[in-house]
Amino acid sequence: MRRMTFRRVLWVCTLQAVVLLAVVVVALKLGAVPISVTDLVYSLGRVAIGHDSQLPSQFQVIVFGLRLPRIILAIFVGAALSVAGAGYQALLRNPLADPYVLGVSGGAALGAICSLIFAPEIPLVTPAAAFVGATLTITAVYFLGRRQGQLDGSTLLLGGVIVASFLQAVIMFLMTTLAGRELRGTSFWLMGDLSTPSPEEIGWVFAVGLAVSIGAIYSTSADLNLMLGGENEAIHLGVNVKRVKLVVYVAASVLTGLAVSVSGAIGYVGLLVPHALRWLVGSDYRILIPASALGGAIVVVVADTLARTIAAPTEFPVGAMTAMAGAPVFIYLLRRRMR
Amino acid sequence: MSSNTVRLNVEQASYAYSAGERQAPLFTLEATSFQARSRELVAVLGPNASGKSKLLRLIAGTLKPLSGRVELDGFHTSQLEARTRAQRIAVVQQESPILFPLRAWEYVLQGRHPYGRTFHFESEEDFAIVENALEQVGAKHVAERWMDKISGGEKQRVVVARALAQQPLLLLLDEPTLHLDIGAQVELLERLRHLAVRNHHTVVVVTHELNLAAAFADQVVLLHKGKCLKVGPPAEVYRRELLEQVYEAPLEVEYSPEGRPRVSIRGGKEIGLGSTPAQVV
Repeated sequence: MRRMTFRRVLWVCTLQAVVLLAVVVVALKLGAVPISVTDLVYSLGRVAIGHDSQLPSQFQVIVFGLRLPRIILAIFVGAALSVAGAGYQALLRNPLADPYVLGVSGGAALGAICSLIFAPEIPLVTPAAAFVGATLTITAVYFLGRRQGQLDGSTLLLGGVIVASFLQAVIMFLMTTLAGRELRGTSFWLMGDLSTPSPEEIGWVFAVGLAVSIGAIYSTSADLNLMLGGENEAIHLGVNVKRVKLVVYVAASVLTGLAVSVSGAIGYVGLLVPHALRWLVGSDYRILIPASALGGAIVVVVADTLARTIAAPTEFPVGAMTAMAGAPVFIYLLRRRMR
Repeated sequence: MSSNTVRLNVEQASYAYSAGERQAPLFTLEATSFQARSRELVAVLGPNASGKSKLLRLIAGTLKPLSGRVELDGFHTSQLEARTRAQRIAVVQQESPILFPLRAWEYVLQGRHPYGRTFHFESEEDFAIVENALEQVGAKHVAERWMDKISGGEKQRVVVARALAQQPLLLLLDEPTLHLDIGAQVELLERLRHLAVRNHHTVVVVTHELNLAAAFADQVVLLHKGKCLKVGPPAEVYRRELLEQVYEAPLEVEYSPEGRPRVSIRGGKEIGLGSTPAQVV
């Protein structure tokens, strides 16, 4: 019996944190303007001891003004989407659930766009509207996915796909009425894009919302393990199913709403990351949730670095990168499930 | 608590539901009463759609009776808090689907969940209980195997082991013998009988197997179309006219030397089985 202990969780997370740090250093180095690793480590060291004023200004602008904020955003977004995906997978008892596939990201995007059209002057309206959009969408998909009072895997996925395409159509409609204004920017954002820097106050809301939501989902992780066996089973094993569902649906929708409001609809991260980690660390949610947060951060930082370096100086939207990797994995999982 | 006090008290419990508020109830379980003590094994019998599973859910406390009461040691089971209920009542459902692969011991460990706290990892004691539960059902050898890679009979034992790990007062099983061959059926009922005595559980089994119930149950509750027709020891309940009326088939009831009844099909000629009565199992 290989027991799940706090030490094992800590050990896995430390390992991932080291990988994340290495990935971040590489991501800082790579880009249209090449920077040598020695320079980078040297200057990072100087910043750490408080001598940042001595850095060449061009270097400072590229590394700390452009690349670092983008990497931090990628870390936040990756963690949010992966944990949201893992949460939806447990509640919907479907390993293919993902905020993007289920249309939740689309709902959040629609909410965000509406806020930009109708009330752009209210502070923090975009993340709030994205959250509302995400919540309404997951509610709709949940009820669409039920057949005779039971959640049905295929119906659920189909419902999600249809809702996503409907939302896509509404978004397209709204965008054409915008008539040329920021059209390219918005369509880039819709594909999932980390290149637009977010205002600082959004950053704080994001950090707090992320920490609270991931914490809330983590607090239910032992219950989520049992929810995978079905709600009736979970009730018989002492899980307060109503409370767990409420907490996780709300928290996962907050995470999706936050991620979409700053980065658009980056797809498949919530599918890829928990799946790979189940294979690596097992499907116990007490380790899967923190591992997904860190793993999602690693994956999105890598994907975004690839997106901005593969054809430099041209940039891809990061969502195109994750979709190219994620869609084949989705098909593979779907085929395997049907066997 | 002495072993002859009543542990489970089902008193005039009934249940009904309807599609809308103004519509007539679609299905009802009319007032049902019986009592069970610790170490007792009660079988709930009846044809399909007779209300067996509803009664089990009323006992488990996941349904609230429309009228009457279901009490476990004096507490209404439907009013117990989820954790407390899971510490006192374990339910083995007909199907327990598994989405992600689990090893047998991990599955049994789930039975310790009602004793855990929010950020809790299982203790040495929990693992000792798991090992003990697996040993009690004779499934220690499959502990490290995957749940979807073991046979139906072994899987059923592991499921029972998880219920034992909950250390319940009341052990409820919904058609546990459904997909088992006859050898495994007998083995399971013998084991439940033994566990009831050894661990002082009260066991309630919903089943279609008349002869298994007759051989192992202390009490039988016979349901038919939502009515509780009779409650008592098998020898009292297994009356030919009553069973024929309930199951709508020509039946024969014989008695073993120990006084346990046995049911078989009467008049083999009519249904083309020759003159020897075929046994109903």
